[in-house]
Amino acid sequence: MVQRRIPAIASRIAGAALSLFALLPPPAHAQAPEPVRIGAFLSVTGPAAFLGDPELKTLEMYVERINAEGGVLGGRKLQLVSYDDAGDAEKARTFAKRLIEQDKVDLIVGGSTTGTTMAALPLAEQAGTPFISLAGAVPIVEPVKKWVFKTPHTDRMACEKIFVDAQARKLTRIALISGSGGFDKSMRGECLKTAAKYGVEFVADETYGANDTDMTAQLTKIKGSGAQAVLNAGFGQGPAIVTRNYRQVGLTLPLYQSHGVASREYIKLSGPAAEGVRLPAAALLVSDLLPAGDAQKPVVANYRKAFEDKYKTDVSTFGGHAYDGLMLALNAMKAAGGTDKAKVRDALEATRGYVGTGGVVNMSASDHMGLDLSAFRMLEVKEGNWSLVK
Amino acid sequence: MGSSWLQFVAGGLTSGAIYALVALGFAIVFNASGAINFAQGEFVMVGSMSAVTLLGLGLPLPVAVVLAIAAAAVVALIIERIAIAPARHAETVTLIIITIGVSLFLRGLAQLLWGTGVFRLPGFSGDEPIAVGNATILPQSLWVLGGAAVSVVLLATFYRRTLLGKAMLATSYNRLAAQLVGIDTRVVLFASFGLAAALGAIGGVLIAPIAFTSYDAGIMLGLKGFAAAMLGGLGSFAGAVAGGLLLGLLEGLGAGFVSSAYKDAIAFVVILAVLFFLPGGLLGTRHRDRV
Repeated sequence: MVQRRIPAIASRIAGAALSLFALLPPPAHAQAPEPVRIGAFLSVTGPAAFLGDPELKTLEMYVERINAEGGVLGGRKLQLVSYDDAGDAEKARTFAKRLIEQDKVDLIVGGSTTGTTMAALPLAEQAGTPFISLAGAVPIVEPVKKWVFKTPHTDRMACEKIFVDAQARKLTRIALISGSGGFDKSMRGECLKTAAKYGVEFVADETYGANDTDMTAQLTKIKGSGAQAVLNAGFGQGPAIVTRNYRQVGLTLPLYQSHGVASREYIKLSGPAAEGVRLPAAALLVSDLLPAGDAQKPVVANYRKAFEDKYKTDVSTFGGHAYDGLMLALNAMKAAGGTDKAKVRDALEATRGYVGTGGVVNMSASDHMGLDLSAFRMLEVKEGNWSLVK
Repeated sequence: MGSSWLQFVAGGLTSGAIYALVALGFAIVFNASGAINFAQGEFVMVGSMSAVTLLGLGLPLPVAVVLAIAAAAVVALIIERIAIAPARHAETVTLIIITIGVSLFLRGLAQLLWGTGVFRLPGFSGDEPIAVGNATILPQSLWVLGGAAVSVVLLATFYRRTLLGKAMLATSYNRLAAQLVGIDTRVVLFASFGLAAALGAIGGVLIAPIAFTSYDAGIMLGLKGFAAAMLGGLGSFAGAVAGGLLLGLLEGLGAGFVSSAYKDAIAFVVILAVLFFLPGGLLGTRHRDRV
């Protein structure tokens, strides 16, 4: 009898010891569960810092929060390995290589710009590492690459959103004016490509330099072109000058701007000339305007509050892209029940109905972005503020 | 279409007056030192950004403008003392390189101080466009044009009628000879930097309601202003203004009648052509060495 009880006591002692261990902070050599490694290469400094800076802040904040709440996948901590590529595609490639080969990350979130994303993309494909890009351009996911996904909307969607609105207002003859930057040129191209689908005809195609101070010449030409509306694909201060010159030369046609100017700065610079201007924008920028029943409202309101409380600066859509990237990754890992790369990739591709800051994401084998036009809201400037177009 | 040329001219003259004001600053420093001050665009930026800040502090616009111009001049004088004066015996090329360093320094400092945002001053006489024939012009454009005209007259008077002005001219012709007749060339260089910066700042506050301002606004202004100064003839005030207006007109008419895609190209091709056939620029004075 006595002999038989000894193992039972031993196992009880062992059990107590184990639970005691669980209470104590684990020593370095303890069998703590392997952390989930999220790799990131972002343009935190350099010319694209306005993209990378809020992205890194967002990732750091949520990794910290999730770890404080007990981690993921049944107690595994998140470990963020991030590098600053300063907007340099060559550096981005080197960092992506390091993330995959040395840091052995389970997944990569990053690539603030299209350039850095495209440079790193072949490495993720070769190594078979799931890669969620935070950059805008269409070629990242078209044609579809097995391991590559992306969270932001594309400029093509912005064009289409504008065309849908123009169609509803029975405006078919549109004059195009665009800046000379990369974003501006890319959007101009996408607008020209998709116009026919919406029965839109371009009657003018003018451009201006990034630092030009006067666009009245181009707008005067547009005035004589017989257009019913004007579309400006631009970014930075140029569109604000276009808006002011627009009123100066006496144009009264509806004016569309791109999502590139969706910030308070644009209204401030343009002044009263911005009244009535319409543009597509992500829900994040107008979280307080969204109706109560909107699926995105709680998500964007929470993210906005978390970010602005912690960093005391205005939230930007770019940080939202990083939030979506991280959450998509974690959801996919949960669905895959671990960090097996192939399974996570399959789970990412099977994402349905994820409500993020960028919109409702429905991925498929042929769509690694998963957003439709509902991801953009059509805004109109009214009395010096944004308003939602019904 | 036939009547739009007036609008092209109006738009071109607006840009042109902006370039002219920057070009004048180049002319002043060139006259004093024979060097091109590549920080001129940054002085324009410092002036307009300071005005935005002072206005934000609640000062009335005229006060903010005057203080901003003074601030830019003080910054320039400090920089002259720290960076330019110690190298006054160096070659002209060295001076030019130092000014490039100064421009980078000022741009970096402005980014730290003001961030990367874009700012705007309110129009001095409102924003309601004025109809000129069938074209429109902003009241602020008249301020810019008028500001350029007044600056030229004042500068010409200053150089012709005042002792310091004459000393500056003498120094530009021959520094050694000027020293021999008792001109303190250090004072001349010092004063000319302050003067150029003040003039740049005047340009900056005049154009900020039209073209906005940001920490890097000086790059484009410096480049176009330099082109205008070269086109008109370095060192000539009338040339700087003529060069600026011509450059603006070329851009406006080029964008209107040819294609907006080639606007900058047209302007620069014409500049190259002028310099090729008239190396001194349109109104460039041939240097005569005279003591």
